[in-house]
Amino acid sequence: MLDALLVMALGAIVLGAALGYAAVRFRVEGDPLVEKIDAILPQTQCGQCGFPGCKPYAQAIAKGEAEINQCPPGGEEGIHKLADLLGREFKPLSAEHGVEKPKAVALIDEQTCIGCTLCIQACPVDAIVGAAKQMHTVIADQCTGCELCLPPCPVNCITMEPIPESVENWKWKYPVVKIVPASKVAA
Amino acid sequence: MNVVQKLFGFHGGVKPNYNKEASTRLPIAAAPAPTRLVIPLHQSIGGPPRPLVKAGDRVLKGQRIGDADGDVSSAVHASTSGTVIGVEMRLMPHTSGLSAMCVVIEPDGRDEWVERKPFDFRAATPTATRDYLRDAGVVGLGGAVFPSHLKLNAGKQGRLDTLVLNGAECEPFITCDDVLMRERADPLLRGAAIMREMLEASRVLVGIEDNKPEAIAALEAAAKRANDASIQIVAVPTRYPAGGAKQLIRALTGIEVPHGERSTDYGVQCFNVGTAYAIYEAIELGQPLISRIVTVAGNVGQARNYQVLFGTSMRDLVALCSPLPDTDRIIMGGPMMGFRMPSDDVPVVKATNCVLVGSQKLFPPPPPEMPCIRCGECAKVCPADLQPFEMYWFARARIFGKAQEYHLFDCIECGCCAYVCPSRIPLVDYYRFAKSEIWAREVEKEAADEARDRYEFRLLREEREKQEKAAKLAAKTAAGREKAAAALAEAEKPARTPEEEAKHALIAAALERAKAQKDQVHPENTGNLTPEQQAEIAAIEARRAEIREQAKPHLRQDD
Ligand code: SF4
Ligand code: SF4
Ligand code: SF4
Ligand code: SF4
Repeated sequence: MLDALLVMALGAIVLGAALGYAAVRFRVEGDPLVEKIDAILPQTQCGQCGFPGCKPYAQAIAKGEAEINQCPPGGEEGIHKLADLLGREFKPLSAEHGVEKPKAVALIDEQTCIGCTLCIQACPVDAIVGAAKQMHTVIADQCTGCELCLPPCPVNCITMEPIPESVENWKWKYPVVKIVPASKVAA
Repeated sequence: MNVVQKLFGFHGGVKPNYNKEASTRLPIAAAPAPTRLVIPLHQSIGGPPRPLVKAGDRVLKGQRIGDADGDVSSAVHASTSGTVIGVEMRLMPHTSGLSAMCVVIEPDGRDEWVERKPFDFRAATPTATRDYLRDAGVVGLGGAVFPSHLKLNAGKQGRLDTLVLNGAECEPFITCDDVLMRERADPLLRGAAIMREMLEASRVLVGIEDNKPEAIAALEAAAKRANDASIQIVAVPTRYPAGGAKQLIRALTGIEVPHGERSTDYGVQCFNVGTAYAIYEAIELGQPLISRIVTVAGNVGQARNYQVLFGTSMRDLVALCSPLPDTDRIIMGGPMMGFRMPSDDVPVVKATNCVLVGSQKLFPPPPPEMPCIRCGECAKVCPADLQPFEMYWFARARIFGKAQEYHLFDCIECGCCAYVCPSRIPLVDYYRFAKSEIWAREVEKEAADEARDRYEFRLLREEREKQEKAAKLAAKTAAGREKAAAALAEAEKPARTPEEEAKHALIAAALERAKAQKDQVHPENTGNLTPEQQAEIAAIEARRAEIREQAKPHLRQDD
């Protein structure tokens, strides 16, 4: 009887130690669900969802503390993807968080800019270059269009310019079936 | 040739009406230089070239006007001599109807060449030869305009087994490769020999559809003249799309290149015959790519092939062939894979193998689309062995991930599926739509990943700055405390000893001496002044004093 107990106890200790070691040795960095949600979010880092960036919003969704329809840059498509991932019901974009807008990038009017560096401090992705009292400029390729640089500018010299359609980024349209008026068909 | 080439088939394919006779009756003619050339800078796959000229510059024929942007790009050249009248946005030969950067040249009629000299590729390194071809603007002339120098690379094993030259030209109406092979067989094979040497391939197979007996005969005669046993001319059965690269490789060598792999991994590389001719011109004549053969066919009085300078307006070109009055559209390429142009005033570019003139009568609008009945006809004819109806279903429902699982990107947009579909579904339109949506998402995803990295880096930097600031502050406080402690210690020190008094007195005396010495030195330019100058200085000093007086209330207390 005692032998059996000892064996079981020993087994429990050895396995416990092994599990404990494995937990430390093979620890997964970060939360995989948060990573998956973050991969869907558009990384605009605009804070419209009510969180200070996409990652915090992803964490809040993972914990069940936030709805999936709070990210305007992600749009309907993003909500669909989140709904699929999390097995939740699709909801239209919540109006209080904003509306989906066509993609745009910030443009600094270089004549008006006074070089105050306030926009540099606001940009979450370091897409603005310039030095104190020097003219500033936006690196368009890196601008996410978050609009966070607009309010701090004391001379209102930053505007959002929609990205123009070009031969490179043009997309084939969804094939539409033309509806021909009956009169024409007869003719 | 006496060696019998065993032929292999490829899956699917259709036999549309070929309509090739009309444009092969007359030999190639040079299209006259127009009064204005609009040369788009971006004419190949890869990065858009940077303009090298500006309005007002005089350019010579063959002068480089756009420099390749990195290695995956290709240069562009002036097609004739003249004056640049602008580098501006112009309508592109693209379905979108959008504009892009073009160099607009007003020809001077003298057609003056830049200095041309042959390139000795045997003396140059392979990299130097590739760079030369990139700067000569040589790209694939079959329609894909992929930079040729990137393909003239012997692949992993360092050498290739087979160089395939594609002269199949399976698309209806188009005959530019046919007439090229008939009329310029010898230089074409010299180009092929150069390519074979660069790729160290052991043989060259030229695949031609068997509905072009003249071209086959011309090339066979040329091969005999060249006395090159490694070159074989092979007639392949006429069936659309025999000219697809993968289909031709399969028909000639029996090799089926699997999904996601390159033909070079199997020792085969494929080029269009027009490209071989362009390489001959670039290497042996030192001429960059500035023109190509273009078929003008369809709704015209006289279809024909022309040697056309890039930048020539399609309207001018079509006018040479007396278009019929009911003409209502211009298509670049053939009826199966071509693209409808937004206007007839778009330039001929490197990708323009054919300008197809259309009308309601020639290409009647398709009857209305009906639901897919899953008959499987499309899968039977698909040369890429795909399941077009499945891809259609998912593209239509915008479930792009699924469409990709059915290998959407293996679709060569040949149009066989839509050609046979009894429900007349414009299947290729759906595939093009789905492909461009997937591409756009890919680009967005890349941008998002970069934004995430930059954002995380910024957070990291802010954190580091915060820590550094805290450390500095701590150090400062520590230093302040030390100073205070030192001051305290000083105060508590006993009064100076007599020796110290003496030392201090010595130092004070030295300082006194130094001061006296300094006082004796006078600035040179204030000596020997005239009375007027003296007066002026006095006036200025007075003004300064006045200003100082005025400024006093504004100065800070401690100033
Ligand atoms: S609204 Fe969307 S893009 Fe903006 S921070 Fe929140 S998750 Fe990121
Ligand atoms: S430049 Fe302005 S809009 Fe663009 S990412 Fe930075 S803060 Fe946002
Ligand atoms: S041929 Fe047309 S109707 Fe038949 S399965 Fe294919 S798409 Fe559907
Ligand atoms: S267009 Fe694409 S799917 Fe249709 S037959 Fe051709 S390769 Fe197959």
